[in-house]
Amino acid sequence: MSPTLHAVLAFVQTWWVELLCALLTVLVVPLIAGYIVLVERKVMADMQARLGPMRVGPHGLLQPIADAVKLLLKEDLIPDNADQFIFWFAPVLSMTAALTSMGAVAFGPWFQVARDINIGLLFVIGISALGPFGIVLGGWASNNHYSIIGAIRSTAQLISYETTAGFALVSGFLFAGTLNVRAIVEHQRADHVWYLFLAPVGFFTYVIASIAETNRAPFDLPEAESELVAGYMTEYSGFRWSLYFLAEYANMIVVAAVGTTLFLGGWMRPFPNVQWLGWLDAFPVLLLGATGVYCVVRAGKQPAYVQAMFMWTVALACFVIALVFGLVELGHIVALRSAQPAHLFQVLDSIHPGLYGAFWFLLKVGAYIYLFMWLRFTLPRFRFDQLMRLGWHILIPLALVNVMDVGIALVLQLELGWNRWWAMALTTLFTLVVAALLLRWNDRHAATASSSLLAPPSPLEDANA
Amino acid sequence: MLDSVLFYFFASIAIISAGLMVTRRNAIHSAVFLITTLLSTAGIFLQLRAEFLFIAQIILYVGGIMVLFIFVIMLVRLDVPLPQIRSRLQKGAAVFVALAVFTEAAIVLLLARKVPGPGQGLIDPLPAAADKLPPNTEELAKSLFTAYLLPFEIASVLLLVAMVGAVVMAKKRPDAP
Repeated sequence: MSPTLHAVLAFVQTWWVELLCALLTVLVVPLIAGYIVLVERKVMADMQARLGPMRVGPHGLLQPIADAVKLLLKEDLIPDNADQFIFWFAPVLSMTAALTSMGAVAFGPWFQVARDINIGLLFVIGISALGPFGIVLGGWASNNHYSIIGAIRSTAQLISYETTAGFALVSGFLFAGTLNVRAIVEHQRADHVWYLFLAPVGFFTYVIASIAETNRAPFDLPEAESELVAGYMTEYSGFRWSLYFLAEYANMIVVAAVGTTLFLGGWMRPFPNVQWLGWLDAFPVLLLGATGVYCVVRAGKQPAYVQAMFMWTVALACFVIALVFGLVELGHIVALRSAQPAHLFQVLDSIHPGLYGAFWFLLKVGAYIYLFMWLRFTLPRFRFDQLMRLGWHILIPLALVNVMDVGIALVLQLELGWNRWWAMALTTLFTLVVAALLLRWNDRHAATASSSLLAPPSPLEDANA
Repeated sequence: MLDSVLFYFFASIAIISAGLMVTRRNAIHSAVFLITTLLSTAGIFLQLRAEFLFIAQIILYVGGIMVLFIFVIMLVRLDVPLPQIRSRLQKGAAVFVALAVFTEAAIVLLLARKVPGPGQGLIDPLPAAADKLPPNTEELAKSLFTAYLLPFEIASVLLLVAMVGAVVMAKKRPDAP
């Protein structure tokens, strides 16, 4: 055996868990992104009192597959005057950044590609901030005015809101005292609180900044279809376009995962330290079982035989997964109760934290993404000057004051021995007063600045017009 | 073994793309290759287990190039070739400066090998095992906020002054036409 092959084998033997996790991430995330699109269309339809996609599969369940096949088969156009190489490379860059940044996200205590890296969440936000390069380069390489305006808007938006997101995260890091993903979650368990409740303003600013960073409505100015055709994606079609699309949804998962880890207790069950709430562990089984039963009920009402079969399959899958969760939970309970549990129960018990952690983490991420959709279908799009004013005049000062206040709260608590909740309430109140003052000042300022002109163009747009 | 493979991989990418960055005619292409150079430098930091430097390099430098893109797109006319400077004197000066910097770096590195005592020289002959290193984010923060507090604060004041200056220069004056 040659030494090179030997080294490769040794490498695989050492790192096979990480390699497997990475492979799973790359394979599964596009699928999940596709289904997030379906859920988004369904949520939108629900909010607008429609049905949404219903044709492909029962209740449109196979729509993402059909969309993916359509996109793969579409003609792949590259404009003549485009910069060929960068046009080819830009969507790849966006997608790579989104997938790489997932490497440090811990989907539960087991499923994490890069375990125990010291910089943890900083890695996630740093790498995912490379994604907009793909947008800027793609917009520039298209050699199209709409594209380039979209690209420049995206840059300006990123520069403005990344600061806010950074400060918001700092307010959480101050409580955790570390950047390591696992340590942050463990700290929240030890502190008996989600940092959402200790730094509510930090979470609020993070949510807004994360929507702006992922270019989602109401901050989707880089692709504002009523003004810019499709913004930076105007010239893209087929597979390249779908790469941008996937990158957007993968980025949503990334920012939701960061927010969940730092502010929503990561993979912990709600109230992980409260004994009498242990029945919450039965929640996954109940949820999956109820979904399965619903599918069985609906299966009889499907118009076509194939659709009924598909519904039965979904129900079966739900029941099997519910069974797995139930068995693991059973093993956990038996292992807790008896002193010498059987070997089988010990094995099941050892799977418990990984499986249930992944469930709760994905549930929280899902709730966060649902919040994104809810906002998207509720709020109209901002004007660009409003976006800039919100970012620079309100959010950045607010986030700065919040970081200082969190520091003051920590000093009050650790040095002067105050109650944690009193310190938090006092400083949050102070932050809110500052926010109210900022809003007042900003309103007055805006009234005088734009009295002559209804919509003053921002300098960036002006230069490109 | 793995370490040296990674090092030569990142180092060769860094050098090649640095060369390409200088020789490209198109300013955007130069910026793209600058990103590649900086990213592979970040990779070398990671290979040295300097995780915090790795991510600081990416966030600060690579993020900064975003602004450079805007400058290029908004200020540089890409359809007009840049005026070529063909002065003998400048060429000579450039070669001289490059040689001087290279010699200086080489001398420092060679001398550093000979400094006795572990941790004294720039290159430690017996580096600590990778998994024994202290978490470097915390160590960096401690040294920045204790031993090097004054330089750190001075640097931040300097940056603040630059920022305020930029704002003042960009601000519209009420009496301006």
